[in-house]
Amino acid sequence: MKKRNMGLVLSLVLAAGTLLGACGKSDNQGTDTSKDGGKGDTFSVAMVTDSGGVDDKSFNQSAWEGIQKFGKDNGLKQGKGGYDYLQSKSDADYVTNLNTLVRQDFDLVFGVGFKLKGAIEEIAKQQKDAHFAIVDEQVDQPNVASVLFKEQEASFLAGIAAAMTTKTNRIGFIGGMESAVIERFEAGFVAGVKAANPKAVVDIDYAGAFDKAETGKAIASKMFTSGADVIFHAAGDTGNGMFTEANDRKKKNPEKEIWVIGVDRDQADMGPDIVLTSALKRVDVAVQDLSKKAMDGSFEGGKVVLYGLNEDGVGLAPINDKAPNKDAIEKAVNEWIGKIKSGAVKVPGTRDELKNFSAK
Amino acid sequence: MSKRLSSILTPIIAVLLGVIVGTIIMLASGYDPVAAYTALWNGAFGDIYYTGEVIRQVTPYILAGLAVAFAFRVGLFNIGVEGQFLVGWLAAVWVGVSFDLPRIIHLPLAIIASIVAGALWAFIPGLLKARFRVHEVIITIMMNYVALHISNYIIKNVITDHKDKTDMIKDSATLRSEWLQSLTDYSRLHWGILIAIVCCILMWFLLERTTRGFELRSVGFNQHAAHYAGMSVNKNIILSMVISGAFAGLAGAMEGLGTFGYATVNGGFTGVGFDGIAVALLGANTSLGVFFSAILFGALKVGALNMPLEAGVPNELVDIIIALIVFFVASSYIIRVFLDRFTKKGVK
Repeated sequence: MKKRNMGLVLSLVLAAGTLLGACGKSDNQGTDTSKDGGKGDTFSVAMVTDSGGVDDKSFNQSAWEGIQKFGKDNGLKQGKGGYDYLQSKSDADYVTNLNTLVRQDFDLVFGVGFKLKGAIEEIAKQQKDAHFAIVDEQVDQPNVASVLFKEQEASFLAGIAAAMTTKTNRIGFIGGMESAVIERFEAGFVAGVKAANPKAVVDIDYAGAFDKAETGKAIASKMFTSGADVIFHAAGDTGNGMFTEANDRKKKNPEKEIWVIGVDRDQADMGPDIVLTSALKRVDVAVQDLSKKAMDGSFEGGKVVLYGLNEDGVGLAPINDKAPNKDAIEKAVNEWIGKIKSGAVKVPGTRDELKNFSAK
Repeated sequence: MSKRLSSILTPIIAVLLGVIVGTIIMLASGYDPVAAYTALWNGAFGDIYYTGEVIRQVTPYILAGLAVAFAFRVGLFNIGVEGQFLVGWLAAVWVGVSFDLPRIIHLPLAIIASIVAGALWAFIPGLLKARFRVHEVIITIMMNYVALHISNYIIKNVITDHKDKTDMIKDSATLRSEWLQSLTDYSRLHWGILIAIVCCILMWFLLERTTRGFELRSVGFNQHAAHYAGMSVNKNIILSMVISGAFAGLAGAMEGLGTFGYATVNGGFTGVGFDGIAVALLGANTSLGVFFSAILFGALKVGALNMPLEAGVPNELVDIIIALIVFFVASSYIIRVFLDRFTKKGVK
């Protein structure tokens, strides 16, 4: 009897483990593979996601959208010899996935996310003829192009929009894991808020993960309860919890003004009544741009390619029509875009730079 | 039917059932199961590179499976293998990056560090269980989170200066070998597989051939009888958790010194420890069984990565098949009843 109970406990734990392991993954997009690849010299490109998965509604998805668009523009088919992606389920899968794509003779292989740095460094040394690109990190190998963004410029504009919308003068920032990339988001956002509304306070909190929507929801709830009325997230899938929380609150009390700001891609679809705008990080633009250059024979191996406002690599999504002072925000944002583009304002990219930042 | 035969047949039937139901699911959702399983096979054994990767994946699975199985044989559920795995990983890498020693000292030192770290992490729930009868499942689950966040903190603030991953370990501490890599076309195959096999033999010998092993198993069969026979139940509980944790820590060293060569800040669990539970369950908690089921799980995990590209089948389907296999193993009682019926009819 006891033994059978133990078995039950064990299987329950297993079931829980399996469920947990399956969290954050949903169905794949319909994949119609073509197996006629490998013929001729057509350019082929593929990407490896980090463990967030290709449908993370932000970063990986944006890169995949870029690759899809590039493929369609150039008449490629999904599959071998065209364009494709592989999903990583754990950190151990990066190397295997990258190697698989190299073995299938893809001409350019993207590693999406800073977590793939170690894997790309290693393979680039072994497969010297293959071409790689890494997004959000820097790898010093002659056959790797590193794509970096000036996230601070996008989040600075988001900060302007937040500061001009808040009525309580409390604004929230939810970060994923602490890293150089998210620090750029944070520093730029705080600088933007200070520039537009020096009285506003920014509550900063980190979820410690990019795939924990429930943590994101809890943090958003805490921030709203303590009086914040605009929250910005730079937390990937974790940020989806923030949208859920804001949608729930709006449903319960439609009169109360609360806003959230999305990240990476235009996340207006996450809630038409609550999404003020999104800090765009056009991974898709960068991926297309780099693929195009590689196809034309000018692959930027060994270089760091920086995408900022000037390169259309970052930006701000359209302001929600329901926002109370939409026109004023748009006007201010455009002014600041001009100042940043001309170089009159340098947006801080770290907390240290933020300390010395003063907007005139 | 002999007990031995049925205990071998049950997991095999469970695997087959898992594959069959997986096929039905694929057919129902419009995928081609033949292409999918071909891609799965090719992704695991179709190329020497992938075979190397399978062995690489099997290595931590064997050790994590042994960790779960060992505790289970003494009647304990070590759900904390994941946490012990993480501290073992951290300890091995820490030693690996911070010393400059000749290989003959450095590598064993790093491995021992991982064993000690894993064992210590499992000692705490063992002690609490023995002294205060606190249920080890709860403590070990909680200890997993403690391990995750402490190791993240240490990587960020102690070993590195606010970076997401440590430097590569020194060459003198690595388990990798260029010979093995060249043999398998740059896979990450490393010497750890030998350690894992030795551990399989070690566990078998310890449990089946020594007095201490007899005591441990007795406590697993019936604590009260063991106590009545004059064995120290508490001592054996602590000992089994410590050995279990040592295996788990060693599994972490396989990743830290072999597969990766560094430790990273993790947003969530790696899953190796939880997969170890499934490995042990399918392997019926014996060292030989764990060895074979680790090979199966390793091949499934690595082969699955090839499925989207070659067959257009989402690799989540393999997760479903693994879940089904675990489900059928867990309900092995049903299979056993059918087996008994079947053989009885055969006799008639």
